[in-house]
Amino acid sequence: MHETDLAVIGSGPAGMAAAAEAAGLGLRVALLDDQPRPGGQAYRDVDRVGPMRGAVLGPDFVDGRRLTAALDDPRISHLGGAGVWAIEPGFTICYSRENAARLLRARRVLLATGALERPMPVPGWTLPGVMTAGGGQILLKQAGLVPRRSVLVGTGPLLYLFAVQMVRAGINPAALIETQTRGDLARALRHMGGLFGGWGYMTEGWRLLRVLQRAGVPRIVGAQEIVIEGEDRAEAVRFRRGGAQHRLPCDTVFLHHGVVPNPQAARSLGLDHRWAPRQQCFVPVCDAWGEAAAAEGGVEGVFLAGDGAGIGGARAAELQGRLAALRIAEGLGRIGSDERDGRAKPLRRQLRRELAVRPFLDAAYPPFAEALRPDDTTMVCRCEEVTAGEIRRAAAQGCPGPNRLKGFLRAGMGPCQGRVCGLAVTQILAEATGQSPDETGYFHIRPPIKPLTLGALAALAETGEAVGTDKTAPGQGDAA
Amino acid sequence: MKTVSTFLSLEAPGPRVRVWLDGAPLHLPHGANLAAALLAAGVNTFRGTACSGAPRAPYCMMGACFDCMIEVEGETRQACLLEVAEDMRLTRPGAPGDA
Repeated sequence: MHETDLAVIGSGPAGMAAAAEAAGLGLRVALLDDQPRPGGQAYRDVDRVGPMRGAVLGPDFVDGRRLTAALDDPRISHLGGAGVWAIEPGFTICYSRENAARLLRARRVLLATGALERPMPVPGWTLPGVMTAGGGQILLKQAGLVPRRSVLVGTGPLLYLFAVQMVRAGINPAALIETQTRGDLARALRHMGGLFGGWGYMTEGWRLLRVLQRAGVPRIVGAQEIVIEGEDRAEAVRFRRGGAQHRLPCDTVFLHHGVVPNPQAARSLGLDHRWAPRQQCFVPVCDAWGEAAAAEGGVEGVFLAGDGAGIGGARAAELQGRLAALRIAEGLGRIGSDERDGRAKPLRRQLRRELAVRPFLDAAYPPFAEALRPDDTTMVCRCEEVTAGEIRRAAAQGCPGPNRLKGFLRAGMGPCQGRVCGLAVTQILAEATGQSPDETGYFHIRPPIKPLTLGALAALAETGEAVGTDKTAPGQGDAA
Repeated sequence: MKTVSTFLSLEAPGPRVRVWLDGAPLHLPHGANLAAALLAAGVNTFRGTACSGAPRAPYCMMGACFDCMIEVEGETRQACLLEVAEDMRLTRPGAPGDA
């Protein structure tokens, strides 16, 4: 079995920065990601983006090349196209790559698995042509695709950024249908203190809004009763604003009302999670270096960095990745605690600045209330096609939480393993039973956390060679 | 098959290779993200659900939602995690004939 000092799961900003920092301190690093190329979602496929697409996406995106370039270090093995399906204490990383299961031994493990879009169950959200705004941005980043006739629905700065990127690409979205209200903005201004720290983000936000205004992209604020219409695919978005009903025809609908930590790997290791009321999601419990607290029976000594440890954005993720790498290198005896703390100090200062704007953003762009409390006929679990009404009926019949719900309705048992609906299921059950989200809990996530074919597993079991044949695995071509 | 895509390509894609979708040839940019390349080629439905047969297409593009599942050489895979390769044989599980 191959051995390495540090296995980093996820090659977005947190994972890439952690890998480079750790390698710079002398550690051998394996960087695993299910995408073939590094970048994560923030910098998806950034190395293959040409000048035209780079201009459309903007300098913040192209800046990701700084992180991918830093992976060119003999101590770092980037394992692209690797689906990590289990992490065992000690640590053994089990992953599939090129149709074979493989194992990797690592002295430390860092989860940098990023964020997921907050589930946004509104009527019609399962129709082809409906995507997350993040998904739409990925099409632009990775493939240079721009939707011909689209509507952006929901709330948050990501919608503005994506709309501006479309404007720069020459095809304006038909409209932004925004769910936050002017009252939300007024409440958010209480967090003015944070705005000074987050000034750069605020001016950037205003700049984006000005571009949209000049381009003539209509913004509807305070939209309600949002329904996506269509037979076999999305055809229009219907909504109410004030007393008036509106209907906007379109081919593509992009949904977004915030992102939440991707819980799969952290939950599968039994790490402790707490409900964060301000962010309306569960967040893993970590110390200031990103070392996670294990729940009872959970795995000790796991590190987390980036949005997977709590939403902070790409630049914060990078800083958190480096902080975790410093603590890991110190724990493995590569640096002393004085050096660790000295190197960490400027990173912590920058991190505070990066995070200063978050309380304002969380208050100004709260999740869409109707999607947190979908009406009874709206689909919640997309895989098993379970509606909100069915979940409420199960609660009325005595179902106390998400794991019992699997027995009632199979919700969360489809291929996505609850990645899309998990948070919505917890919130609907919590409201129906009158319990807090912490009391209601979350789906138990068990390995394999990524699809694994029996053929791939057999390739490991039969020969034992599948592990050793990975030419890019750590240790090869390296004296260590 | 409908070939008008709801998406427009900003740049001329690189050299194309032939793949097979439900037995019919389709020419997609070599090395491109498979889910994106199919959308760009006007493939609007990737599969029908096992429960109700409802049509589905890529939703998250980041490996989370599994709505872009498609059969590649007979094995169910997430199209958003794959790159286009020559002679890939793709089938759409439970998909309606035209989409």
